[in-house]
Amino acid sequence: MIKLTVNGRAHEADVEGEMPLLWVLRDVLDIKGPKFGCGIAQCGACTVLLDGAPVRSCSVPVAAIAGKKVTTVEGLEVNGHLHPVQQAWLDHEVPQCGYCQGGQMLTAVALLRHNPKPSDADIDAAMTNICRCGTYARIRTAVHAAAASSQSKRA
Amino acid sequence: MTLTVNRARRTFLKGSAAATGLVVGFSLPEAGAQTGMPGVTGPEINAWVVVRPDNVIIIRYARSEMGQGSMTSAAMLVAEELDCAWKQVKVEYVSVNEHVKRNRIWGSMAAVGSQTIRFSQDYLRKGGATARLMLIQAAAQRWSVSATECTASAGVIHHAASKRSLSYGEVAVAASLLPQPKEVTLKDPKTWTLAGTSVKRVDIPDTVHGRQRYGIDTQLPGMLYAAVAQCPVFGGTVKSFDAAPVQGRRGIKRVFTIDSGKALIVVADNWWRAKEALKLVPVEWDVGANGAVSSESIATFLRAGLNAPSAPTALRRGDLEQAMASSSKQIEAEYYTPYLSHAALEPMNCTALINGSEVDVWCSTQNGEGTLATAAAAAGVPLTQVQVHRSQVGGGFGRRGGSQDFTRIGVLVAKEMPGVPVKTVWTREEDTQHDFYRPVAMYRLKAGLDASGKPVAFRARLTSPSLLTTLLKLPLKDGIDGPAVEGFNEFPYEIANVHNDWAQRDTHVPVGFWRTVGWSQNPFARECFIDEMAIAAGRDPYEYRRSLLAGEKRPLAILDAVAKAADWTKPLPAGVFRGIAVTEPYGSYTAAVVEISLNDKGELKVHRVVQGIDCGYVVNPDNITAQLQGSVVFALTAITQGEITIKDGRVEQSNFHDYPLLRMPEMPKVEVVIAPTGGFWGGVGEPAQAPLAPALCNAIFAASGKRLRSLPLSRHGIKLVKA
Repeated sequence: MIKLTVNGRAHEADVEGEMPLLWVLRDVLDIKGPKFGCGIAQCGACTVLLDGAPVRSCSVPVAAIAGKKVTTVEGLEVNGHLHPVQQAWLDHEVPQCGYCQGGQMLTAVALLRHNPKPSDADIDAAMTNICRCGTYARIRTAVHAAAASSQSKRA
Repeated sequence: MTLTVNRARRTFLKGSAAATGLVVGFSLPEAGAQTGMPGVTGPEINAWVVVRPDNVIIIRYARSEMGQGSMTSAAMLVAEELDCAWKQVKVEYVSVNEHVKRNRIWGSMAAVGSQTIRFSQDYLRKGGATARLMLIQAAAQRWSVSATECTASAGVIHHAASKRSLSYGEVAVAASLLPQPKEVTLKDPKTWTLAGTSVKRVDIPDTVHGRQRYGIDTQLPGMLYAAVAQCPVFGGTVKSFDAAPVQGRRGIKRVFTIDSGKALIVVADNWWRAKEALKLVPVEWDVGANGAVSSESIATFLRAGLNAPSAPTALRRGDLEQAMASSSKQIEAEYYTPYLSHAALEPMNCTALINGSEVDVWCSTQNGEGTLATAAAAAGVPLTQVQVHRSQVGGGFGRRGGSQDFTRIGVLVAKEMPGVPVKTVWTREEDTQHDFYRPVAMYRLKAGLDASGKPVAFRARLTSPSLLTTLLKLPLKDGIDGPAVEGFNEFPYEIANVHNDWAQRDTHVPVGFWRTVGWSQNPFARECFIDEMAIAAGRDPYEYRRSLLAGEKRPLAILDAVAKAADWTKPLPAGVFRGIAVTEPYGSYTAAVVEISLNDKGELKVHRVVQGIDCGYVVNPDNITAQLQGSVVFALTAITQGEITIKDGRVEQSNFHDYPLLRMPEMPKVEVVIAPTGGFWGGVGEPAQAPLAPALCNAIFAASGKRLRSLPLSRHGIKLVKA
């Protein structure tokens, strides 16, 4: 039995230790925000935060995360308040199909947490997730907007 | 129910081509206004509009939403004519099953060919306008006044003379019982107040909240999961397999083949267990006759198409041979475009449940009707026995429209597990290696110029596989596959003598509709060659095009608009060069100017893309901007690094490490020019990609003097780097 905390809630999963976190979240715990895109940590659709740091959950064995806190896109909204990154994503109409955007937003949240005022170069370096629809221009705009909002400075 | 499977299948297959001819009624629902539509909670005024007593207005959406924004734009057109407030509107998918039962009342369900607005606008607007008339009529009857004395705005009907008003919700039931107006006058788009403004897309909040659901997110009680392996060589089958190594392995339920051995399936209690077990099942494939096919052998095959003595004609005018022979200068060149994979980020998947003769299917599809017909055929049940549960589509780009292979496989898997819902999911590798690829194509172009450099003769031979023949099993009209010759059959350049033809060369590699289809590749040859002609004539490529488009009002207008926005006549910074191209795809007109620099290490920087569209009428401008921005990314991936190659009959690429997609740092600066001239309805999702490859490669010529006539640029040692 593997114990994990996802979005503040404790879960137990009776699974093999080598099962990737992505599939524990999706198929065992029914948390569908993290998406399957490639399975080899290339695309980032499966991105979750592990103790605040973005990881590609398709390539993290669940046994490796014991005692760590997992945040998925479902966990970004707190007490009915959108995270500033989410608000910026809404304001700038970032998503197209939207499949990658949970991972994109989580990556942006992690970036802003340790770098509240990222430059374009910082964004290039951190935002490595693939968007097949090509929303990169709006992602960049939204990351800057989230950084600029006072809420994100507080976050 | 009178439709047979075959008839409906033919209808849906032809739907994309025939959609302009659809007759869509506004038939009145049964008295009482409640229908069999799941979730209908109010009176249906007509097929498109349900008005709830609480003044929530449900506008139906028939096609699919995959990020192209049509769900919002289509509803905007209904709401514009309905004169309701946009904040009242809730957009809902039409039930595909109900659509079949109502004899296709909602028209085409296919989100393909940039068709949603251009082919639905008339009946969508009429749906809104007739509903408005009926609601006004119902209020007028309640007040015992003439409807002509009443007006409506923001979902409220007013009778000015008596200063009375009623909301749409208050008269909805009465309105739903009124006869359908036979005639309706649509608004002049110049008077629009909602359409034409930037409205936020209705599907985005669910995405941002993390509650958007795609086909792959389907979760059902007791559901099992399947992993699929098809023969690596297209068309091959399972000769033998041994389930013993995975029998007794945790969670594994069954190992079997479907479809006469075309695919090996492992079913388990979660998908990871299924796909891990699948890797452990020894399988011997009968690869069939194509195990030796390679990209080289395909190229040889296509070259024979280029050299064929004759081929079906796409366009002929004047006397090509005579004009070419008497021209003072001839130029000739050959171009090549590769197979491409769609690489939608949501891998192919389908969940199906078969209970006796009842079939339920959940999947991300670009064509709900196609999914329904495919599921019915695969399960062997009548169309009316199938329910298709649609969701947001995690990337379509043509992959999820015509082929429906995912539906067929998902249903065949479920057929083996009666009474159990089974979700079949492709690995990325399976998705990449079993796509329906953008066709490979070769082009031989020749032009004859007169002494002044003006072209008097233009000859194009195209050769490629046929989508219509191999994917849709449709007969070709006069031997021509329309998508294969896009840009060459309707040829805007004013050259008196033209002969464009196409030699069909089908291979065993499955081909399909890939975003922008023939227009994704043909303009590379056409517009680069026009550039070659301009250079041979010693003329500026923009001015040369202008001179050949003098009577072509719309191509000329968008070309001028983009050239102006890009400051074409002004000098560029040292080391920066530009190229231009113009195209006429999917009822719209697009042009692009690309500014680049290229160093001797092959590092290509794209400094600026100016991208323009004239789509006639503009419905949701910010969404058009988003589609044009995205088109640049999609195009740059293909131009710089997109290539599917074949070896030993199978695809060599497997995942994003060897079929890479553009990422954030390579995203160039994009300036969007929306220059609508009105009077027509053009597509938006695909047309913008068309001029980008030639504009970029024309810029590379300007920078380096090298005319690159094959894609992707990685073949030429060129790599896109951050500008």
